[in-house]
Amino acid sequence: MKTPEMFPVEIFSIGPVVIKNTVIVTWFVMAFIIVASYLITRRLSIKPGAFQEIFEAIIESAEKNIKDMLPVSPWNVIPFITTLWIFIGASNLIGLIPGFMTPTSDINTTFAFAIISYSMMHVFGLKTMGLRNYLKHYTEPSWILLPIHFLAELTRTIALAIRLFGNMLSGDMIAIILLGIAGFLVPIPFSLLHIVIGIIQAYIFGILTLVFIAGGIRVEQNKNISEEV
Amino acid sequence: MDSMSLIIVVSTAVAGLTMAIGGFGPAQALGKALTSALDAIARQPEASAQIMRTLFVGMAIIESIAIYAFVLALIILFANPLIGYVAK
Repeated sequence: MKTPEMFPVEIFSIGPVVIKNTVIVTWFVMAFIIVASYLITRRLSIKPGAFQEIFEAIIESAEKNIKDMLPVSPWNVIPFITTLWIFIGASNLIGLIPGFMTPTSDINTTFAFAIISYSMMHVFGLKTMGLRNYLKHYTEPSWILLPIHFLAELTRTIALAIRLFGNMLSGDMIAIILLGIAGFLVPIPFSLLHIVIGIIQAYIFGILTLVFIAGGIRVEQNKNISEEV
Repeated sequence: MDSMSLIIVVSTAVAGLTMAIGGFGPAQALGKALTSALDAIARQPEASAQIMRTLFVGMAIIESIAIYAFVLALIILFANPLIGYVAK
């Protein structure tokens, strides 16, 4: 019997760039989501079919969640956060299909996600506040705290990556270890738990990114209010 | 006992201890967070959606401490940098 792999395996390499099996699975997830979205949104109708109904429910609940958290024009942020939710959720769950390695149990994937969310934090902050105001909030309440601000942003980005990676890897690991010591059908309850954890972790990744984005934007809101009063 | 097997014995024991001690604190904190959230929901059921969302975010942040311990245990077990010094 071929033992299942716990860590990503190299498939091929182009020069110094190593392509591991997690990358291939990520491409597969991307292709699947893009094709599915294209096929479903091609023929939208007033009387929705089953698939359109499911997609509408996903988008509507995402919109409702984001609108509650964000005070200003949520439609700038909704596409980004919803993409994070759908893509990370699909990546977390695809590992349950035999033969697919969970892409998010590779630390490189989760760091890529974290870097994207870190950059988008700054992009949305700059977009809503302007360069001057945005740079100003680093020096509040005092410029002595400037390194602390940078450190806080760095550590919470790393924590975002490590959290997703650790949760997904531990789920895979429990299944593999139980398969080794107990055998057939025993890991199934833990796989059910893994489904729940995968969905919750995708939700948490998105909602934390949203909280960080909202934290960057809210500074200006408070200032406006205090100026008005 | 040569130095290699000493490192392996100590690493295995410490990996277990890392998970045990690193899981203890976050487990207590998670229990406390959940109890207070349930108390708050029992008192104000209409605010349950907001409480649950804050609870999830807070639990994720608490849980990441346990995840740090887990990743550290994994490094000790599978990617131990100290073995490289002895193996040369």
